Amino acid sequence: MAEIQIRNVAKRFGSYQALHDINLTIADQEFMVLLGASGCGKSTLLRIIAGLETQTTGEVWIGGRRIDHLPPKDRGIAMVFQNYAVFPHLTVFENIGFGLRMQKLRNDEVTRRVTRTAELMHIEQLLTRYSGELSGGQRQRVAVARALAMEPDVILMDEPLSNLDALLRLEMRAELKGVLAESNTTAIYVTHDQVEAMSLADRISVMHQGRIVQAASPVEVYRDPAERFVAGFIGNPPMNFLPASNHGNGRWAVADQVFAGPDVSAAALEFAIRPEDLRPADDGLEARVRLVEPLGAHLLLTCDVAGTMFRAILDSDMTVRAGDQLKLAAMPDRIRWFDPDTSLSVPTAA
Amino acid sequence: MTDTAVLLPDQGQTRKTGRWLYAASVTLLCAWVIVPLYFLLINTLSSPETVNSFPKSFVPEFDLGSLTFFAGFQGMLTALKNSIVVAFLTMVMSILIGAPAGYALSRFEFRGKEAFRLLILLTRAFPLPLLALPLAVMFIRTGLDDTAFGLALVHTTLAIPFAVLITFSLFSGIPVELEEAAWTLGCTRLTAFTKVVLPLILPGITASAIFAFVISWNEVFAAAVLTIENRTLTAFLLQTLGEAPLHLKFAGGFILVVPALIFIFAVRKYLFAMWGIANR
Repeated sequence: MAEIQIRNVAKRFGSYQALHDINLTIADQEFMVLLGASGCGKSTLLRIIAGLETQTTGEVWIGGRRIDHLPPKDRGIAMVFQNYAVFPHLTVFENIGFGLRMQKLRNDEVTRRVTRTAELMHIEQLLTRYSGELSGGQRQRVAVARALAMEPDVILMDEPLSNLDALLRLEMRAELKGVLAESNTTAIYVTHDQVEAMSLADRISVMHQGRIVQAASPVEVYRDPAERFVAGFIGNPPMNFLPASNHGNGRWAVADQVFAGPDVSAAALEFAIRPEDLRPADDGLEARVRLVEPLGAHLLLTCDVAGTMFRAILDSDMTVRAGDQLKLAAMPDRIRWFDPDTSLSVPTAA
Repeated sequence: MTDTAVLLPDQGQTRKTGRWLYAASVTLLCAWVIVPLYFLLINTLSSPETVNSFPKSFVPEFDLGSLTFFAGFQGMLTALKNSIVVAFLTMVMSILIGAPAGYALSRFEFRGKEAFRLLILLTRAFPLPLLALPLAVMFIRTGLDDTAFGLALVHTTLAIPFAVLITFSLFSGIPVELEEAAWTLGCTRLTAFTKVVLPLILPGITASAIFAFVISWNEVFAAAVLTIENRTLTAFLLQTLGEAPLHLKFAGGFILVVPALIFIFAVRKYLFAMWGIANR
């Protein structure tokens, strides 16, 4: 069992507060992705769990054991680095076996485990090579194999695919997911790529300015963003926002239209809808089309609704041109509301 | 000035002149170093008569008389042994002290780091003659005078700035992730260093050690002041050759220069690394 608990962890670099009071529990064998823009503190959090960085306050527990005071080697973790960190003076075999040799395992056991993980990562033909003779993708495989060979409780990955080219990244992503699912390891994976996060994660923790703003399943993060930041960060293109004013009795006026919304007393809310949850209709938001981008299956429209930029993804059998006037109807169950002051999501049922 | 796609006639002329000037300066600089060395070589390998005659020949006559004289010279072998012992001690001490300092400079952030780097260099600006007398007095009091260890201590002070700067540059060339990866794979700071960092910088460390060796080997002032019986080769030759005939002076110089030249040639790549230019 390797449940990870992060309790009230904060990190300060001089006067800069990199992490604010982080609390997060990651279940045994869960694949958790820390997602955020650069500088949000996701790598710092990972490095604190690894023991490469010391938290200013707070505790880290793995499998019911407090480990935040232990050196990295005693934490039961293995890590994959962004630049692979394959040792240049050792062969691939010795790289993968490095951790096993440090554990003083018998030679035949080292050979057995190195061969097995190498086969798992499809690099068994590279075992006698040096890192200088490998391509980026191969080095990445060695780095992952080296971590897996340790049979760790927890595997930590810091943007492991971001140095690979797009095609290789897709391939490695699928492979990583398969290999990790089989290894029964708890995984924490740091990335700034939301597609990567969506496709890999059991759960995503979206981070922003040193805080976790939402930790939920990929679909929930996408469908029910807990904060306006998440709504504007996840999705390509992200959610559309329009100001809404209280029309009484849980009804809200949005750009000359009235929508059913949360029954709260606030004077103003923000109306949010995903571009793909809009349909052309006889009655809806008045939109002037600014730009049409055909994407094959869909058309991406950039419009102007009540003076705000608004995007819609429509079926590509439509004929729309820049300058056209359209009415866009929002699917009622996909509309989300945010409080403009706290930027938190306001549930409709409230 | 790289984007001169269209060369005007006089620009082409300027460029030609520039290239000629460049070649000339390189030749001049090379000659500056090589010609004296060449004369040293010729005169070493010449009979005493040829050395003192004029005009000079440009071809050595391979007379080994002067060199064989030195091989049998009284005290020569002892001085050679002393030189090697002192240089070896200097090499070991300057690496043992310099390399950790270089590591700290490259891996840790601390207050006054830049000032520290500058200070290391400034120790070289302190004139040795100023130090030598108080040192001699202190050494006599502590019983370190006229010992190989005492002299090696002084030479270590001279060699350390270079040891620190070269190793600093070497350590900086090794990504910190390699060490971090080693830590997560079961290493302590120490084992990560011995198993990952050390193998990678060993060639550079060797170079820096050899450089320290050469500094000690070439040093004459402190050696002459601080030793009497246990003279190193430089101090010994300085003392005995003052009144010696010219051909023996040449031969003595030759014996001193050759090992230093060979060593420096072997580690030339790493001397650039000291300024953070090469080693990428």
